[in-house]
Amino acid sequence: MPPKIFLEHIHKADLTQIDNYMRFGGYESVPKALKTMSPDGVMDEVKKSGLRGRGGAGFPTGLKWSFLDRRSNKPRYLVCNADESEPGTFKDRYLMEYNPHILIEGLIVSSYALGANTTYIYIRGEYWYLIDILERAIAQAKAKGFLGKNILGSDFSLEIYVHPGAGAYICGEETALLESLEGKRGNPRIKPPFPAVVGLYGSPTVVNNVETLAAAAWIVQNGGEEYAKIGIGKSTGTKLISACGNLRKPGVYEIDLGVSVEEFLYSDEYCGGIANGKKLKACVPGGSSVPILPAHLITKTAKGEDRLMTYESLADGGFATGSMLGSGGFIAFDEDQCIVRNTWNFTRFYHHESCGQCSPCREGTGWMEKVLHSIEYGHGHESDIDLLWDVQRKIEGNTICPLGDAAAWPVAAAIRHFRHEFEWHIRNPREATQPGAVYRGSELVLA
Amino acid sequence: MPQFSTQTLDKVQEIIGRYPEGRHKSALLPILHYAQRELGSGWLSPEIMDYVASLLNIKPIEVYEVATFYSMYNLKPVGRYVLEVCRTGPCCLVGAEKIQEHIENTLGIKEGETTPDGMFTLKTMECLGGCGYGPLLQILEQFHENLTPEKVDALIADCRQKAASMN
Repeated sequence: MPPKIFLEHIHKADLTQIDNYMRFGGYESVPKALKTMSPDGVMDEVKKSGLRGRGGAGFPTGLKWSFLDRRSNKPRYLVCNADESEPGTFKDRYLMEYNPHILIEGLIVSSYALGANTTYIYIRGEYWYLIDILERAIAQAKAKGFLGKNILGSDFSLEIYVHPGAGAYICGEETALLESLEGKRGNPRIKPPFPAVVGLYGSPTVVNNVETLAAAAWIVQNGGEEYAKIGIGKSTGTKLISACGNLRKPGVYEIDLGVSVEEFLYSDEYCGGIANGKKLKACVPGGSSVPILPAHLITKTAKGEDRLMTYESLADGGFATGSMLGSGGFIAFDEDQCIVRNTWNFTRFYHHESCGQCSPCREGTGWMEKVLHSIEYGHGHESDIDLLWDVQRKIEGNTICPLGDAAAWPVAAAIRHFRHEFEWHIRNPREATQPGAVYRGSELVLA
Repeated sequence: MPQFSTQTLDKVQEIIGRYPEGRHKSALLPILHYAQRELGSGWLSPEIMDYVASLLNIKPIEVYEVATFYSMYNLKPVGRYVLEVCRTGPCCLVGAEKIQEHIENTLGIKEGETTPDGMFTLKTMECLGGCGYGPLLQILEQFHENLTPEKVDALIADCRQKAASMN
């Protein structure tokens, strides 16, 4: 299916130029919203669309907006979360690089709906080159009268600023992001109060992902009902999927939610199958923190039904046999990849990125990293597997923010589905540490 | 005490103006990026952090606690070119560890070290957000993607040449 919303025109012209973007109908949602709709009317369309947060949690966007404290006399803020850092996820980078105006347009109509006159795009510092692209897009939009004071003669005014982070995964968590935007360490806040009541500078604030806010432009222009026609059930609209790992055609794809995983993985329209003629071993379908699934559970559910690229279908079976759509960071592992090594690598990531506030996460991630390292390097004990299980279970749900869960789930899922591979490493340390040794389920292969 | 150029000071004022009255501390992260580049040859000394504190009229400790939290700020001297190599899962699936090894062997340094001529520092990074184009590294936030040992060699030669032409 051809991309419908974000990537439809990116190969036809340089969309970083506002005139090209407008040639394809860009910015038409701004006069429509400001001149013919009330802020509540815009919010209603977003509710009708069924749009869900594209950063990973999948929370209904319209509902999140409706929590904004409207009785407060303080200014309201919209903050765009462009701190894309979940391993496997690079879709927002792609969108901002090739279609920055769709984000700016989405920010304008979303800010109008929320009554925000200042909007910040918090972008990870490593995406420095994108700051120039975004600031140019903002300047172009301002020159056309879509930003600034009294936009298009209305009484709505808006300024958008780009704010760089400086390398911290945790700042993708919305309260850590707000702390960071206030010039502090990125330590998540205890909720409640939620940002919708006490957010940036103590004011009512909505924080949404780049892709979520970009979708708002299309929804306002075409109507929430049109958007809801795309997709299946509660998974409405299109989704950007960033595909990586051992694929023939890694990259960013816009899919209609509901495409089958089989088609996404193997058709030439999308990933084109596994690279170098190898077989698929496992997949992490929604960014590094969601459960890894072995090949037989990624294309089919445990009940034998086709697995679809939707929030519901990827989660079918719960954590026992399912996973999550998450951020859309789709990571494929070929048959020669080592699950123990990858689990150690991911755990090292979470240990490095833990802010250190909560003991279960700070200590637990470090502990798991050490145990996994010793198994990977041939010093593991049989009891280590149960120990890892015990530690991850005591992190999950016991921290201020979801980083603890994000660190626990990959370890739990790796043990759940690949316990035999951990056992093999522990029982055969000499073989397991040979250069190029690969365990393919029953035999040792030297790749 | 270190001092920004007039041009950067104007930029600093413009950045502070993006935040509401009394919320100028918000400008800390962006300004530290400029300080690291312009004043610190790629790292933040205590003197530079104190200068940034004085610019924003905040306590030095408020700058230190931020600078020590974020991985893009370097707190000890680095080489002229910092090779920031992604070491996270997806990049490792497509050979990031071999790229790191190649850099270590070519430059004779391990991660975190700087070559004796002060030209290169090797820094490993967690996910840089380019997983579909790995293995990859950054030099001053510029991405170099789909790396092979040959591409790394060319990149190193290119840095050396640039440095020689600037001297």
